[in-house]
Amino acid sequence: MTVLRAAGWSVRVHTRALIVGVVLLLVALAVALVNLTTGDFPIPVADVLRSLAGRGDAGTDFIVYELRLPRVLVTLLVGAALGASGAVFQSLTRNPLGSPDFVGLTTGAATGALIVLLIADGSGAQVGAGAIVGCVVTAVAVYLLAFRRGVQPFRLILMGIGVSALLEALNSYLIYRARLNEAIAAQVWLIGSVNGRGWTEVVIVAVAVVVLVPVVVYFGRDLKMLALGDEMAVLHGVRVERTRAVLALAAVGLSAGATAAAGPIAFVALAAPPLAARLSRSPSAGILPAAAMGAALLCAGDWAAQNALPGNDIPVGVVTAALGGVYLTWLLFRERGARR
Amino acid sequence: MTTDPRLSAHDLTLAYDKRVVAEQLDVRIADGSFTVVVGPNACGKSTLLKALARVLKPQSGAVLLDGQAIASYPSKHVAKQLGMLPQSPIVPGGIVVEELVGRGRFAHQRLLRQWSPEDEAAVAAAMRLTEVSDLADRFVDELSGGQRQRVWLAMALAQQTPILLLDEPTTFLDLSHQFEVLDLCAELHEQGRTIVAVLHDLNHACRYATELIVMKAGEVVAQGSPAEVMTARLVEDVFAMPCRVIDDPETGTPMVVPADRHRRRASRTAEAARA
Repeated sequence: MTVLRAAGWSVRVHTRALIVGVVLLLVALAVALVNLTTGDFPIPVADVLRSLAGRGDAGTDFIVYELRLPRVLVTLLVGAALGASGAVFQSLTRNPLGSPDFVGLTTGAATGALIVLLIADGSGAQVGAGAIVGCVVTAVAVYLLAFRRGVQPFRLILMGIGVSALLEALNSYLIYRARLNEAIAAQVWLIGSVNGRGWTEVVIVAVAVVVLVPVVVYFGRDLKMLALGDEMAVLHGVRVERTRAVLALAAVGLSAGATAAAGPIAFVALAAPPLAARLSRSPSAGILPAAAMGAALLCAGDWAAQNALPGNDIPVGVVTAALGGVYLTWLLFRERGARR
Repeated sequence: MTTDPRLSAHDLTLAYDKRVVAEQLDVRIADGSFTVVVGPNACGKSTLLKALARVLKPQSGAVLLDGQAIASYPSKHVAKQLGMLPQSPIVPGGIVVEELVGRGRFAHQRLLRQWSPEDEAAVAAAMRLTEVSDLADRFVDELSGGQRQRVWLAMALAQQTPILLLDEPTTFLDLSHQFEVLDLCAELHEQGRTIVAVLHDLNHACRYATELIVMKAGEVVAQGSPAEVMTARLVEDVFAMPCRVIDDPETGTPMVVPADRHRRRASRTAEAARA
């Protein structure tokens, strides 16, 4: 812990978490830069940098600004949004499985998107809007179903898993009744991908990040008190229900924005916060280190997705799902080891 | 007594869901007192403490702090006036003693006033008074029950509130630590704080309390100084326990000596057998 003081103000910084956050951010930006150079037409780093500085030639500018930069920005921002959202949910539920993937939010977003894609024949921003509505409606439904004199975290997770299973069935039905080409498009959306994302998607997720991350960070100080139990939090002056509602809504918003832009990308929200916490050797992940970790993970995932199979640009959702599977297995395995 | 004390409860109905614990409960906590609440298990003493600390919302009635409903103040304002050591707080994983005690300063902190010199001094003082300074870098979940209890007490002290409520502060502690905690409470009381503690041991209660509140089945059956209140009849009424009350040879306060029911019963059985 380092304390900075000046003129009656004081700020306390977890030194190691700060370093971890900065390093992860640099890693994310470095990988993002590499991603700008790779693709069907490899461009040297120097040319990419020249283009970003506004001194590139027209051909490079087109590739960088129209094709690759939106995708790279969506990757960075979606990763950050998922990391921050996961950190909030895991703190609120006091459970490492309490991430938006598990409490049904991503499935709900998918339902919203599928309804727009397959029933309303929408596309682009409309699909994004459908995802956001689906996510928020699911969140409210899960919250209300789990509510009984306040919300017990574990009940919330179980209720989320139940609702998620129902929506999963609905999603399968929607795809089953669709025409083949629509069904394929819907299935690709369901995997989660940053392929071909444009400035519309950048704006959607950027708005979510710019508006909601400060909210989450501001109320994040209360999370430390909530971790000691509701009673303790009340005793020390936290307005428990209000704080929890604000944080949950903001985290839902981040999750919705990310899913609207890139589809339901698995496991980043689940894995980024504990990985960041582990690196910073602190009991719970700070929100910003978790966001940086999410951005770095997703950028690395997208690099792997583009380069893993030669000549084949697979959706990043496939890569994160594979990595996430390994992570989850390890988590459960370690848990079993710890219990013995 | 015409003016209300800083903390009082009026016509409270306290309940968990539908299970009513107390009705029409009126309690006044005398300013600057060391009030001890005693009573048999499940008589509602912890529930009363929770209501006074606004952790449990009464179904009807109100707790007043400085003449106003406690729920009407900003939560942080109350947290600077009134602190409480709950009975069994959640023990968080991976957090060290010093940090946990530091969280006791939350009510005094703001976004850009996260760790003032006063915070630092309050935490150090709280840890010194509860003798946990040596444990500063230990993980809370690795401590013994007694050490943990003192850490929670340190956290409550770091809050530096003029009113301090303690729910069974001596549980998990060995005999000498029990008295250290009670001595500490007495010291805080002498410095001007109002202390309200739930205790199980009637003799501890009589030694330390300036004011006793005796509860039975959700009602206050007696309130006053230990010398006035603690009689053999009361103990028998409230705890269904025949006893003698004598003067504590050390302090002169009332001391409850339970009747020897077991041996008396045994000798009666023996007599019956002879006859």
